[in-house]
Amino acid sequence: MSIRVGKTSKAPDFPIAAVTALENAQLRQNVHHATEVIRNKRALRVRETADWQELRNAAHDIKQHTLKHLDHYLIEFERNCQQAGGTVHWARDADEANAIAIGLIQQYGGEEVIKVKTMTSDEVQMNVALEKAGITPHETDLADMIVQLGEDEPSHIVVPALHKNRFEIRDIFRKKMSLPHLTAEPEALAGAARQYLRERFMRVKIGISGANFAIAETGSVCVVESEGNGRMCVTLPDVLITLVGIEKIIPTFQDLEVFLQLLPRSATGERMNPYNSLWTGVRKGDGPQAFHVILLDNGRTKLMHSEMERETLDCIRCGACLNACPVYRETGGHAYGSIYSGPIGAILSPQLNSLQYSRTLPFASSLCGACYEVCPVKINIPEILIHLRGRVVRDDQKTISGTFSQMNLAMKGAALVFGSRRRYEAAQRLGRMGQKLFEKNGQLEHLPGMAGGWTRFRDLRPLPKQAFRDWWKAREAARPSPESEPRP
Amino acid sequence: MQIALFVACYNDTLFPQTGIAVTNVLERLGHTVTFPLQQTCCGQMHYNTGFHREAAPIVRRFVQTFANEEVVCVPSSSCVAMMREHYEMIAEAENDPAFLADVRALLPRIFELSELLVNYLGVEDVGASFPHSVAYHPSCHSVRVLHLGDKPIRLLHAVNGLKLIDIPNKEQCCGFGGTFAVKNPDVSGAMLAEKQANILSTGAEVVTAVDNSCLMHIYGGLHRASSQVRTLHLAEILASQERAQ
Amino acid sequence: MSASPSAREEILSRIRAAVPADRSDEPENITRTYQRIGSLRRETCLDLLLDRLADYESEILHVAEESGLPAAIAQALNNAHEHSVLVDPSFPAAWLPQGFDIVPDNNLSIHAMNGIPAVVTTCEAASASTGTIYLVHGGPQGRRAITLLPDHHICLLNRSHVYELVPEALAAIASHSSEPITTISGPSATSDIEMTRIRGVHGPRHLTVILYGRI
Repeated sequence: MSIRVGKTSKAPDFPIAAVTALENAQLRQNVHHATEVIRNKRALRVRETADWQELRNAAHDIKQHTLKHLDHYLIEFERNCQQAGGTVHWARDADEANAIAIGLIQQYGGEEVIKVKTMTSDEVQMNVALEKAGITPHETDLADMIVQLGEDEPSHIVVPALHKNRFEIRDIFRKKMSLPHLTAEPEALAGAARQYLRERFMRVKIGISGANFAIAETGSVCVVESEGNGRMCVTLPDVLITLVGIEKIIPTFQDLEVFLQLLPRSATGERMNPYNSLWTGVRKGDGPQAFHVILLDNGRTKLMHSEMERETLDCIRCGACLNACPVYRETGGHAYGSIYSGPIGAILSPQLNSLQYSRTLPFASSLCGACYEVCPVKINIPEILIHLRGRVVRDDQKTISGTFSQMNLAMKGAALVFGSRRRYEAAQRLGRMGQKLFEKNGQLEHLPGMAGGWTRFRDLRPLPKQAFRDWWKAREAARPSPESEPRP
Repeated sequence: MQIALFVACYNDTLFPQTGIAVTNVLERLGHTVTFPLQQTCCGQMHYNTGFHREAAPIVRRFVQTFANEEVVCVPSSSCVAMMREHYEMIAEAENDPAFLADVRALLPRIFELSELLVNYLGVEDVGASFPHSVAYHPSCHSVRVLHLGDKPIRLLHAVNGLKLIDIPNKEQCCGFGGTFAVKNPDVSGAMLAEKQANILSTGAEVVTAVDNSCLMHIYGGLHRASSQVRTLHLAEILASQERAQ
Repeated sequence: MSASPSAREEILSRIRAAVPADRSDEPENITRTYQRIGSLRRETCLDLLLDRLADYESEILHVAEESGLPAAIAQALNNAHEHSVLVDPSFPAAWLPQGFDIVPDNNLSIHAMNGIPAVVTTCEAASASTGTIYLVHGGPQGRRAITLLPDHHICLLNRSHVYELVPEALAAIASHSSEPITTISGPSATSDIEMTRIRGVHGPRHLTVILYGRI
């Protein structure tokens, strides 16, 4: 079985990848600007929504309930979808999902497919698999197209090309669309994309989409979008293949009333996004006459054992946590080395990978909690980060290198120190003595090992000569009366 | 009233003046302060870094040390956040009902400094005087876990001569994050640079917060940049009796 | 027909092994304390919708009764200098204006639909708070492709079908929940280029809403 989450197996550790990202001034500027714009728009929409907290509570409840009964709802979805003329396939992992998709495309004699944005297909690296099988995938989301034509990687869940400015986009389009005189005006760039893609929408007979929601009660699928390419891809082709992570299921049509209010405001700061498409199976005379759903596991069931980890699957991929995160703000998405970046990526990627990869991601956070504050389904991301840190630490402690790592030794030592008043006060005295090696001009400089990370960017005052408890003890000793006897 | 002080391990060792200031303020208000010497740490550093098993004995020690105290004052919002968010979970994981009962009994008696003053003691004007311009940095735990609201602001407003200035993007994390600061030093440094720029843009002479962890980090950057801006814990400002010249 | 029955069984059994053994079969109580019924007066609600539609730079035309619809549709086409309009064959002929090339969608090809500048349909409902129009496809609302390919969509909205909230509008169309549904909230847009919002990437760039009937 091959659980695969994009290119996580090749990604450098976050602290190292972050350095590269931090050196890219253009990227940082773009990320600052983009996240700030969406964050402010979101805040505005939330302020005007009087029942925002109530909506969040309902969404959280619906997701938690659905996941607890996921088998029931998946079966219901499958039954209703198939009754309406769709076909439902099940894929245990990335390879199986790709094999099913390729099998279907070949069955229908297709050599090209048009794709509407789906992170799930990036997760299983479907494009790579398609191309290997001689099938050409055409991304049709403007940003995904920019990324694809630019032979790049997405860097944000909702605005995947935010790391590119208009001049970089113009250069990509000029080259790949053979438009040597194309200007960098955003309208001109969008116009070029419209023309380029219209030709493909009209011609290509097989479409691939993801799903934002799959409704068990009706067997329907819902795609939430802004550009209209989604409508094109799910309506015009003869054959539609929809890849759905099993966590996308919601119980009823009515539940849409909660999610359709939360998602657009959280993702793009709009009251409602331009287009939502909802369809059930196959409809004679309207849209694709062959409809296939691939339900994907790829590690999701592993997250379901613990209630805390299961909460990760509540995610509706709005990207609000990325826009709120002060770490993401500095590094952008590539530093996370996974299609799922930012706070949600820091908990989802490692878990899908069984902590085999992406092990530094749970530590790529200052635990500030801004993500939890904005999450429309109330995923307690900081709590899950700490939980995953626990798993990583326990795993590491089972290895020799982990047992003797600086961090482990320091933490074990500190635990001993905190366990006894005698050792604690001795450690304070030792610290005051030992720091003389590093004292210069009244500051501590160039601390060794791990602590060197501090002094690279920051000054550090030396330990004061007298700890608070020393002052306290001296004051108590100087007191005449017995009423302030120190406690044993 | 008798108030037990849990000064926090890093304040004890690195910022004794904060503990001294808290003592002075509470005594000035007529209360008796006690300092159980058995105290060490709240366990946050271990717990947040993933050393959950190692944190449990540290938590036990804290609970034992303060079990019989009527009220505990903690001049560190991150420590109080640790207690409120994780102590019950840790006790549950230990499968020790007596320990869990002790935790539950103690938690309501623990207060961060500004909570103690404004909520528990009902006081906003502690008789302080500090004629300087001050920028207040709301630390993440104080905002998002303790929901301190404007308690520190109200206390600062009541300080004689103090001019309070708002920091732009004030609720954006300063980048300390405990061991994050050394595990991800580059990102931490970048976050600090932004916070620093925002603070400097206010022109304030002093930056204050309810956590010395943030302030240590902010000081580290300001001092490296040769800035004259001082960092002071809220307690130190509240203890001040400095008059204008 | 479902391929790999073993994958299905394996995934289902993984789920069953992972969830709590004591989960009840009763549906749990979901806290639905969010607003499900609107509080605005009908007239205010309608004004709110008009505000939203104007925000989207939609053209808005008003007629009192159905008898005014042909003139309004004609006006919309003339304003846009369009002479032909696509329409579902079940669209009421009495509402269509004279003097234009009316093209019924008798299973037209994609290329044929693409060549027609305008389309006129009815719609099922609208939610004022979000400025959203809900199409339930089939009948005079047409199959999905006809409101996708032409550049100008003329949409007839009955005033009695305007609701304040999204939950109300969805409840109004709930009996059609298994049919193809499209919600439209302004023209398509992208902010992918330096966060500059650009309208009209795919789908109709021009929307005209004609309101008719009693409130």
